[in-house]
Amino acid sequence: MDESKCVGCGACAEKCPKKITDTYNMGLKDKKAIHVEYPQAVPLKYVIDPNNCIYLQKGKCGACKKLCPAGAIDFEQKQETLTLNVGAVIFSSGFNPFNPSALDSYRYDYRPNVITSMEMERILSASGPTGGHLVRLSDKKKPKKIAWLQCVGSRDMNRCGNPYCSSVCCMYAIKEAVVAKEHSEEGLDCAIFYMDIRTPGKEFEKFYNNAKEKEGVRFIKSRIHSIQDIVNSDDLRISYLDEDNKLQSEVFDMIVLSIGMEIDKNIVKLSQKIGINLSEGNFCKTSTFNPLETSRKGIFVSGAFGGPKDIPQSVVYASGAACAASEILSPARNTLAKKVEPIPETSVIGERPSIGVFICKCGSNIAGVVDVGKVVEYASKLPFVDYAAENIYSCSQDNQDGMAQLIKEKGLNRVVVAACTPKTHEPLFQETLTSAGLNKYLFEMANIRNHNSWVHKDTPELATLKAIDLVRMAVEKVAIAKPLSETELEVNQQALVIGGGIAGISAALGLASQGYDTYLVEKNNRLGGEANKIFKSANKENVQKELTSLITAAQNNDKLHIRLNSSIVNVKGFVGNFKTVIASDNKEETIEHGVSVIATGGTASKPSEYLYGEDERIITSLDLDEKFINNDKSLKKVKSAVFIQCVGSREPNRPYCSGVCCTHSIINALELKKINPDMNIFILYRDIRTYGEKEYLYHQAREAGIIFIRYLAIDKPNIKIENGKISVTVYDTSLNKYLEMEADLITLASAIIANQDQKLAKFFKIPVNEDGFYIEKHAKLGPCEFATDGVFLCGLAHYPKPIDESIAHGKGAAAKALTLLAKKKIRTSGTIADVEPLKCSSCGVCVSICPYSAPSFIPDDARFFAGKAQINPVLCKGCGLCVASCRSGALRLKGFDNDQIFAQISAAFEKAA
Amino acid sequence: MSKDIVGSVVVIGGGIAGMRSALDLANSGYYVYLVEKSSSIGGVMSQLDKTFPTNDCAM
Repeated sequence: MDESKCVGCGACAEKCPKKITDTYNMGLKDKKAIHVEYPQAVPLKYVIDPNNCIYLQKGKCGACKKLCPAGAIDFEQKQETLTLNVGAVIFSSGFNPFNPSALDSYRYDYRPNVITSMEMERILSASGPTGGHLVRLSDKKKPKKIAWLQCVGSRDMNRCGNPYCSSVCCMYAIKEAVVAKEHSEEGLDCAIFYMDIRTPGKEFEKFYNNAKEKEGVRFIKSRIHSIQDIVNSDDLRISYLDEDNKLQSEVFDMIVLSIGMEIDKNIVKLSQKIGINLSEGNFCKTSTFNPLETSRKGIFVSGAFGGPKDIPQSVVYASGAACAASEILSPARNTLAKKVEPIPETSVIGERPSIGVFICKCGSNIAGVVDVGKVVEYASKLPFVDYAAENIYSCSQDNQDGMAQLIKEKGLNRVVVAACTPKTHEPLFQETLTSAGLNKYLFEMANIRNHNSWVHKDTPELATLKAIDLVRMAVEKVAIAKPLSETELEVNQQALVIGGGIAGISAALGLASQGYDTYLVEKNNRLGGEANKIFKSANKENVQKELTSLITAAQNNDKLHIRLNSSIVNVKGFVGNFKTVIASDNKEETIEHGVSVIATGGTASKPSEYLYGEDERIITSLDLDEKFINNDKSLKKVKSAVFIQCVGSREPNRPYCSGVCCTHSIINALELKKINPDMNIFILYRDIRTYGEKEYLYHQAREAGIIFIRYLAIDKPNIKIENGKISVTVYDTSLNKYLEMEADLITLASAIIANQDQKLAKFFKIPVNEDGFYIEKHAKLGPCEFATDGVFLCGLAHYPKPIDESIAHGKGAAAKALTLLAKKKIRTSGTIADVEPLKCSSCGVCVSICPYSAPSFIPDDARFFAGKAQINPVLCKGCGLCVASCRSGALRLKGFDNDQIFAQISAAFEKAA
Repeated sequence: MSKDIVGSVVVIGGGIAGMRSALDLANSGYYVYLVEKSSSIGGVMSQLDKTFPTNDCAM
């Protein structure tokens, strides 16, 4: 297949006689030997499966070649080997979903209604094999009862050799159960069989609680060994011990296996070949303080190859790896990247409109319903239309080139494309206008696919009339469109990082080591933040030693300007041009910077429960760390130590999980065992959340004889001090009785709380959630940045996380900031609000209503129009809220002027001649 | 020194992580090769139905 020629029309796949398994749909559907992975695939180019193509196997057929209108089929293509000369490599080879076929007792290969969670995703998807209808595979019956079995291919040493936790399965199982319930009209029973529910991510615990309490998803703590067949039935049986240790047996219509992640065997081989060390679980081995570097210099790791990760974590590590690579390559920045030469714009002012109309067939997507020829004929007769034509695919490269050519040849000064949605394709066509020297705002799209051919399939004649209407409206609007200008703005090349903890130092070093002057502001008298109090990392590294070298690196970097004992007094400006006043030791200085990174961190809460503060033997995890750091001799004398988990976390008033405490307590418990192997150690927990490869620590702890006792939130452990002796009573849910133990050391795993700073939130216009953590731009795809342009986020200020994740987050925020700094200039949008000051009554509604703080009053001492509204073009997002709210009609939205909108409306009610 | 450094990067894997690394590097002035074994980018995320917490279509 010649990629440059394929237009993605699909004619080849329609006629291809060979059906093969559709791997995208997990084998639940067929596809053709020539195919695209899925309709939205990027690039949208068809490929031939050489192992199944009849022509390539037997030399016969070739139907696709005969049919292809673009001449893109090339059976002679051979595999090529390319040698790339690069400065760095990023390994993000991902994972394979675990194949449960080997676990015979789950009957996956034998029973059609035992499916994997990936198959469930496809069944729930509207583009999946069942069109989004939740039916079971054996008889297409709507299920009434579905079970999810957790930890299939994870936390399992005996049967599959994957002792680690895959981190994501608890959360996706809950999501699938909730979505499945939404799909079912008649009510659906969803049961999740689990060992520990692990929902340590941001907002995850709330989702879990909601699923349990409001959605009625059943959570049953039991690891299921096997699924039993039922004779003459497609149903399946599960037997399990309930919380009261009674044997239960339940029948389900469908069972979903929550499969874990595995590294592909070929990636394991490749890693070994090129010298990348792997962990016990075959993930890329990294260290706590260098979470993005592989053992081979110049090769970095991102995504699930570095350990099981969900989407936002993958994105954080991906941006972090980009920063790490950029740090070693920065002298060569912009040496190989290609630059687009700007094309001079031709002036159209004073010219008569000359409109070109391009009607897209979108293969058969539009042409299969709409009589495109008729629409073209109609369009060509509209006023000011000097050219009208149809394309099979308007978006294909050769049509873009043709369009640019036509604009120049025919002197067109306005363009209408009637095709799909401007949401995805407007930028592409606008680029074509720009390349032809035309202002990109002299363009209009009519959506005759999503709004028309897709929804009016059954009434093609009416759909053709609607397409005609939509084209007429677009032509009327574009005829009076004016060229708009985009302001270009310099980006100040300095950076400000607020917060000198692990995340803040990492972000600052990421920027400073690439040559950008970076100011690091810390409120305390030293850098390091909470990490100053931590003894060992999850990889058992000495945190104080590593932290010292990180701080030294920061101190020795002459581009990094550290301000201790400092606070932010004021912030003015916006993306590219901030002015911040920093107060340090009664001195104030103003820093100009283009980007801001918020790394204000969090802190351990002081417990109000479990007699904390009343006895020196009752301490927090960080207090115990302090004892380790100071080599406290009293620890040797401890005979019995008790750890209590979830102190202040997962509570009604603080519903989130603090994420790090299970791992922290286990590391500290192992440390105590090292000091005194005879010490009795108990960890009282609700769920052990040693996600990812931290699960190995949990194994080690149990092997070391540390005793784990699960308690319930409704019946918490009770501490008593009598005659100088401390005793703890706890209801053990597996023995179903109260246990009492003596303790001479009690460690409370206290919650992590955010360092809230309302002033800072106001200065940068950044939102805070109800738990006090900052809200990132997008929970999945934008974890390192804010919705406010030019402001970035990392570390505990976002959500509790361990050191390695904080460092990756810091570097991730730096990478995002770098994309802005590297541009040097930013362009504002042309479609923004504009004030006619003579009409403005200074009422201030626009100032108060704008979510982006774009409107403001012109200062009283200004020479002209003092007190009237003005719009900052950099902050305006063109939402039009101010325009609609202006009582004086003083505001307009460029590109959506009143006369344009009215022209469109009156065109809508004209009759097609 | 800077003459020896090559201003390009190869990113292996076109899933959500690979795409993000590649975009961030391309947007900060490097030439990026994105290598993917299948015929389209997107990885496992493209196969998911909806994503928490917005219930947005994963596509």
